[in-house]
Amino acid sequence: MSHVYASRGAVRGLETMGAWLLGLLWILPLAYAFWTAFHASEYSTRFVLAAPLTLDNFVTAWNAAPFARYFLNTVLLVAMVLAAQLVLVTLAAYAFARYAFPGRGILFALVLVQLMVMPDVLIVENYRTMTALGLKDTILAIGLPYMASAFGIFLLRQTFKSVPRELDEAARMEGCTSLQVLWKVYVPLARPVYLAYALVSVSYHWNNFLWPLIITNSVESRPVTVGLQVFSATDQGVDWSIITAATLLTTAPLLVAFLLFQRQFVASFMRAGIK
Amino acid sequence: MQWVHAWLLMLPAAILLALFTHYPAIATLWHSFFTTPKGGRPAQFAGFDNYQQLAQDPVFWQSLTNNLWYALGTIPVSIALAMLMAVWVSKNIAGRSFLRLAYFTPTILPMIAVANIWLFFFTPEYGLLEKLLGAFGSGGHNWLGSKNTALGCLMVVTVWKEAGFFMIFYLAALQSMSPHLADAAAIEGASRWYFFRRVTFPLLMPTTLFVFVNAVINAFRLVDHVVVMTRGGPDNATELLLFYIYEIGFRFWDSAYAAALTIVLLALLGLVAVLQFLFLERKVHYQ
Repeated sequence: MSHVYASRGAVRGLETMGAWLLGLLWILPLAYAFWTAFHASEYSTRFVLAAPLTLDNFVTAWNAAPFARYFLNTVLLVAMVLAAQLVLVTLAAYAFARYAFPGRGILFALVLVQLMVMPDVLIVENYRTMTALGLKDTILAIGLPYMASAFGIFLLRQTFKSVPRELDEAARMEGCTSLQVLWKVYVPLARPVYLAYALVSVSYHWNNFLWPLIITNSVESRPVTVGLQVFSATDQGVDWSIITAATLLTTAPLLVAFLLFQRQFVASFMRAGIK
Repeated sequence: MQWVHAWLLMLPAAILLALFTHYPAIATLWHSFFTTPKGGRPAQFAGFDNYQQLAQDPVFWQSLTNNLWYALGTIPVSIALAMLMAVWVSKNIAGRSFLRLAYFTPTILPMIAVANIWLFFFTPEYGLLEKLLGAFGSGGHNWLGSKNTALGCLMVVTVWKEAGFFMIFYLAALQSMSPHLADAAAIEGASRWYFFRRVTFPLLMPTTLFVFVNAVINAFRLVDHVVVMTRGGPDNATELLLFYIYEIGFRFWDSAYAAALTIVLLALLGLVAVLQFLFLERKVHYQ
């Protein structure tokens, strides 16, 4: 009996080692990026513990491109998309969850089409549409295709459906209109789902790249991802320390937010995934 | 009157969905049968010309095969690693919170930033990978500049970024599993591997399906790292379908041909949808 336990202990030890090895491997590229960004370029591949730390790379990067403006654009973009999504998605999900009307099934299927045919692949036609609307090179054009989110409608419809009918009816007895019921009963009960959805949406649009790259071509509308690419692609004499610093700079807000709210982040992603 | 109300509630979302999902999908099909308008010359009906061009375009075929290899190379590995990570961090392992953090962090970073970091990692001579290999006396590679290794490098980046994301879904599934199952198995003396193979793995099947569909979509949807790391090169070795569409549409401005290419991509995604539907039907029997 005892040798069985001994071998189990050994397996466990091996597993822990494996987990740590993988963890270190996973964090290595990031750790390396940090090392490069915080040291002068002659240390970028020389790992001397005594190497002096410096913030020069960040200063140089910050001054070499209008990152402040890029950040502002990204914040505006993310806030605008999220605000529009929350309103549109709430209204549509409510209709799908609590109204009976002809064609509901077909309409819902049409909504779900977007889960497969995402704006990310319809770049050619959406570019044409934005040009026709005169919106090319605006922040609105980056966000517009994503505002009616099938994922959000689906997620909230599920949540609204689980709200007990009795609560709905009670509110109506009190004389609430349907919109008031939505606002006072459904929305508060769905708060954790809203949080989850918001986090997923913010990280998605903060990170989005290809569509913004196509639809913008000026500093006034470029989000920070595109700004970073423009910055790294224009030959900086390939000073990796500066490019890495710029890379960390552009991801810093998200990274800091993630480290602070790690638990909520993970829980939210889980919640969004279970549905 | 109720349905008027419902329609009004849906109207804003419906308009935007129609304008930026349904209309462009149909317009893409329509435009794929025309020529690209150039200068003063408007688009002319061209029948299947664009599709004929496509059938004879070696770069298109290469981007398609590359994309399939890319999907084949990244999806099973990310899923297997995600499962492994989830099993590890769902139990009491030493340093669990650090491990969760390490596995999950790549997920929240933008692909574009990730690609920049890895670009340096793979750089010839100066990159960390070369330095490490050089220490073992086998340096001298140009990982992203060689036809044989470039696509593999992109796959590594994708797996690194996606595994932690998929882990979350497995973690959620594992936490909703009853602990009695593991207790019962322990009393019966089942080995951990046996328990995983016969209990955990089958119970995770719906999650695996969900993750799989997401991974397939991502394999065709996300090409940010191609833009940063290789621009499709060397010699089209890392040309992926969406990146090719981007090049044709926005560097050569041949919107009609780009439309035909987009139709291929949409057809592939449609196929995934159909397969998912069929499998989801079967999943019902499982529960």
